[in-house]
Amino acid sequence: MNLAVAAQIISFLAALVLLCAFGMLVQRRMYGLIHLFAWQGLFLSISTAVVGFVAGKHHLYISSLLTLSLKVFLLPYILHVLIQRLKIQKEVETVVNVPMTMLIGIALVIFSYHLTAPVREISTLVTRSVLAIALATVMIGLLMMITRRHAVTQIIGFLAMENGLFFAATSATYGMPLVVELGVALDVLIAAFIFGIFFFHIHTTFDSLDVEQMARLKEGD
Amino acid sequence: MNPGPIEFASLSVIALLVAALLTPLFSRRQRLLIACCFGLTAAASLLAVVAGAWTVSRGNAEKIVMLIGLPDLPFHLRLDPLAGFFLVVIGLLSLFVSVYSIGYVKGFLGKRSVTSLAVFYCLFLAGMYMVVLSDDALIFLISWEVMAAASYFLVIFEDERIENRRAAFLYMVVAHVGAIAILLSFGVLAGLASGFGSFDGYTFDAMRSASFPIGGATAAFLLAFFGFAAKAGVIPLHVWLPEAHPVAPSNVSALMSGVMLKTAIYGVIRITFDLIRVFPWWWGAIVLVFGLLSAVMGVLYALMQNDLKRLLAYSSVENIGIIFIGVGLAMIFTSFKLPLLAALALTTGIYHVLNHAMFKGLLFMGAGAVLHATHERNMEEMGGLIHQMPWTAALFLIGCVSISAMPPFNGFVSEWLTFQAFLLSPSLPSPLLKLLIPMGAALLALTGALAAACFVKAFGVTFLGHWRGHHRPKVQEADWPMRVGMIMAATACLLLGILPTLAIGWMDAVPQQLIGTSLGTSAGAFGWMWLTPVAYERASYSGPIVFFGILAIVIAAYLLLHVRPGTIRRVPIWDCGFEKIDRRMQYNATSFAMPIRRIFGFLFNVKERVRISRRTAHRAFPARLYYSLHVRDRVWGWLYKPVIRASFWGARKVGRLQQGRIQAYLIYSFVTIIVLLVFLR
Repeated sequence: MNLAVAAQIISFLAALVLLCAFGMLVQRRMYGLIHLFAWQGLFLSISTAVVGFVAGKHHLYISSLLTLSLKVFLLPYILHVLIQRLKIQKEVETVVNVPMTMLIGIALVIFSYHLTAPVREISTLVTRSVLAIALATVMIGLLMMITRRHAVTQIIGFLAMENGLFFAATSATYGMPLVVELGVALDVLIAAFIFGIFFFHIHTTFDSLDVEQMARLKEGD
Repeated sequence: MNPGPIEFASLSVIALLVAALLTPLFSRRQRLLIACCFGLTAAASLLAVVAGAWTVSRGNAEKIVMLIGLPDLPFHLRLDPLAGFFLVVIGLLSLFVSVYSIGYVKGFLGKRSVTSLAVFYCLFLAGMYMVVLSDDALIFLISWEVMAAASYFLVIFEDERIENRRAAFLYMVVAHVGAIAILLSFGVLAGLASGFGSFDGYTFDAMRSASFPIGGATAAFLLAFFGFAAKAGVIPLHVWLPEAHPVAPSNVSALMSGVMLKTAIYGVIRITFDLIRVFPWWWGAIVLVFGLLSAVMGVLYALMQNDLKRLLAYSSVENIGIIFIGVGLAMIFTSFKLPLLAALALTTGIYHVLNHAMFKGLLFMGAGAVLHATHERNMEEMGGLIHQMPWTAALFLIGCVSISAMPPFNGFVSEWLTFQAFLLSPSLPSPLLKLLIPMGAALLALTGALAAACFVKAFGVTFLGHWRGHHRPKVQEADWPMRVGMIMAATACLLLGILPTLAIGWMDAVPQQLIGTSLGTSAGAFGWMWLTPVAYERASYSGPIVFFGILAIVIAAYLLLHVRPGTIRRVPIWDCGFEKIDRRMQYNATSFAMPIRRIFGFLFNVKERVRISRRTAHRAFPARLYYSLHVRDRVWGWLYKPVIRASFWGARKVGRLQQGRIQAYLIYSFVTIIVLLVFLR
């Protein structure tokens, strides 16, 4: 596989990752959201494997497998269980309306391209063109956390952000050292568990997972 | 290797730290803990006194570089005559107070655990020793913080009362504002000494060998003076002092007032005379003016107090002022290249440091003994304690006489020397200073007189007359450890008053080190009997002759009155023909201070109200009168209230950021990231 073809494939996968990010931004159903997250993880894992193959960095295969098992199977499964236990399949409420969110998302993508322009000039990596998309994915994840009111969607936004960071790491420098990646993967897993436990508690305390309710915790003056 | 003074001093610090670590192990056996802990601190203090005295009499400096600390920034210790002198001051009072504490702290047994008191007492002493031993900015600040934090926990020891918690908080805030200023000052000095790019300037040696531009040095001095003044309680930064000293246990108040404030004096002397070395005269003028302000205002506020320990705290403000007068004069004389006068002024300053440590320690210990016996701090409720507590009364009287600058005690010597320094100021080349400094002498004279009035009040109302309170507690004399602690301090007061020439000859190494001239040759020119600060034809004082003269008169009076029978008769008080005179009609603290309150009332915030009871048939025959008087610091309203209000206002504005909504917080970080990315791309 020569470099040009590889670059094409990676760009295509990056486009799919971005698409999934936008999909998550507008998806109102909880299950749909989790499926989109799993798809994003899948594309991410494939692209990592491709980068590993092209660059000859074999530890990226391990990262890719880790991503596949964690973000495509385990985390979506945990979230599924969570949703079923808590019976919250209903539609997701947003704070800002959907078209507006989309427009902000598009602006963020353009902004990321503008931001990474100097990096693209000097970098010689195959993956340099997708750095902007990785950055955009991070920002869209954050945007998702801001625009949703439901605690479970916020954690999905958080995990999507993490996906973006991982993508940025592979595309900008051919991945972080394996130790770091293992650590990050473990962190994400633990974070998911902790979130899960917290949700149970929040649910029992507030009878809802709407984060608006938590504004009651604010200290009065 | 022969152990030198600095090894002794380090050993003393290590002993204190070990004591602080081991004390919690004894927390189940409180009686044993008190004896062991305070016995050990007394021994450690003795060691520090030996180390300090030895260094001062040898007159040279020793250094140790410790290989602990931050990487590449080892700790430096140094024991020179200045540090040695302060080590002696701190060590002596710590020794007396530690002995005193063996008795005093027993009063807490059965009420609360004294483990924390013992632990922080050890840490507090260790912190003070380390402050004077340290030879780089890093360990200085660490020790400074250890000292401040440990004393905070000592102030808050009886934490169930809200006033104690408030006082400790106020102390903490002022101490830290001061510490920040000191930190910045050292930052400026270190940066100017080695360039702002490297850390090498953090040692005092680097600062000593650097020469500073006047602008940077002034900034460093002003910051340092602000920071140290906050610790020393110079007006207007004194507000924490009258709050924190009364609520701390009395042995701690004795240490805080007697020696902790002195570490700030040490800091000012160290930074100006030792590290910056060359300074313009107006730095000294600033120190002098704040010293005068503190002296006069401090004693006036002290006079208005009814709480015995509060009175003593305000009196500490006054004495810190007197010390700063000496230091300020020394700075002025140094900048005009008059080394002999500078040495005289500096000697008066540090001699008063030593004296004040002794008599204020003694007075706080006496107040502690009274508090211990009566559980009462309000003087309006006391009286006649001389009958139940003769020892305490006699020792407290010695403290009062010393602090009122009466011969033959030590307070007289240092204030007399301060006047000598003032009276020599006409040799200054600046006409403005020639004119202004004698006015300072007048203010100092006023302070001395008011201080005497203040302590006549303190002693008279507390120990003389009859008990004024409604219910009378069972009063017992202080036990032996407490008495021994006070007796040692009183003896020190007497000896420093009788033999000033020897003391000044011993501490000559300090001006020798800092100014390059010593006073010893002229001061002791006529032997140890006569103190002649500059020349015998100007002024001289002989402690021993005055002491024996006074002793002879007292003995003669005693013989005349007590030996012949019938010269003293005990009869009821003559009540001017008014029949129903009772104990509540005695002269009390408020009435004693009233004339002075009338004259200087404009300096205070006085709220005086007299109300006639409603159940009175006619105004001319009131059944009952209600009198209330509130005298408050004006400084609080002028300086602190606006700052407090502004910070609350700011906090409320910033508090709006706290929405309680996760989305809002996320937006803050999101916007921050975007803005940073745009601008720092």
